[in-house]
Amino acid sequence: MRELSLHILDIVTNAIEAEATRVIIDIRESQQEDDLRIRIRDNGRGMPEEMVRQVSDPFVTTRTTRPVGMGISLTKQATLMSKGTFDLKSTLGKGTELCMRFRLNCLNRVPLGDMAETVINLIIGTPDLHLCYQHRTDKGRFCFDSYWVLGRMAENDWSLYQTIAPAKEFLQDKIKTIESLG
Amino acid sequence: MKTLADLRAIKEKAKLEMATREQTAKYRLVVAMGTCGIAAGARSVMTAIIDEISKRGISDTVVTQTGCLGYCDQEPLVQVMQPDKTVITYGKITPELARRIVAEHIGRDQVISDHVFMQS
Repeated sequence: MRELSLHILDIVTNAIEAEATRVIIDIRESQQEDDLRIRIRDNGRGMPEEMVRQVSDPFVTTRTTRPVGMGISLTKQATLMSKGTFDLKSTLGKGTELCMRFRLNCLNRVPLGDMAETVINLIIGTPDLHLCYQHRTDKGRFCFDSYWVLGRMAENDWSLYQTIAPAKEFLQDKIKTIESLG
Repeated sequence: MKTLADLRAIKEKAKLEMATREQTAKYRLVVAMGTCGIAAGARSVMTAIIDEISKRGISDTVVTQTGCLGYCDQEPLVQVMQPDKTVITYGKITPELARRIVAEHIGRDQVISDHVFMQS
């Protein structure tokens, strides 16, 4: 995939399929430490140990349409390509935590891409998911909570689809204020 | 500052809105968002659909997402469902085509037959 934000969309989609109601996306970029860290935590049903060990194998999947699942293996590959690490922890009944690290300035590192579009897409697909998106760079930090969207809907008596454009604009502005060169 | 109770009430209201929309919807648009769909561009297809729907003020349509449909080579896939009608599945959708689906299929009830991948 061309953007890390697409991997993030894919991973959170997995979390939603695992019946998560809360998801936290935490991104930290540090130019000084040449480090990019993406952590995704969910309260879904979790996976047994056996599955955690096998999950980055493309021939292991929960899908029923085909016996091949590329998602996690592609994400792991993206981390390893940029001298990073990939760490998955999961507890049955409690949830899953995925931590990806990248060398920020490694030439093979896939760009982060359009996080605003990823977050907005997740809200459209699953409006009652409680999604927190935190992002920190050398320039600053911010936190976006999907309840912001629900709050705007209630305040202005808008439908979900009417709220999407202002929400996206709000997110893009926030991202712009902390955007680093990475 | 909103209290937790306020937030819960807001969430319930939003849920109710979506439920009403689902029940009264004339059209249901489904975007396939498995790994294959996402890699092929389903995210910008979804964005284009929502943008076009809100621009046109369409209120009888609900947009949802699904996982891999098993036709990864045809991604991004978009399905148009109507009660008691055959499901139309469009394949290899671009954001421009997605806008046309909203304008022509949803807006004027005209199937864009050149881009139909499957009817079921």
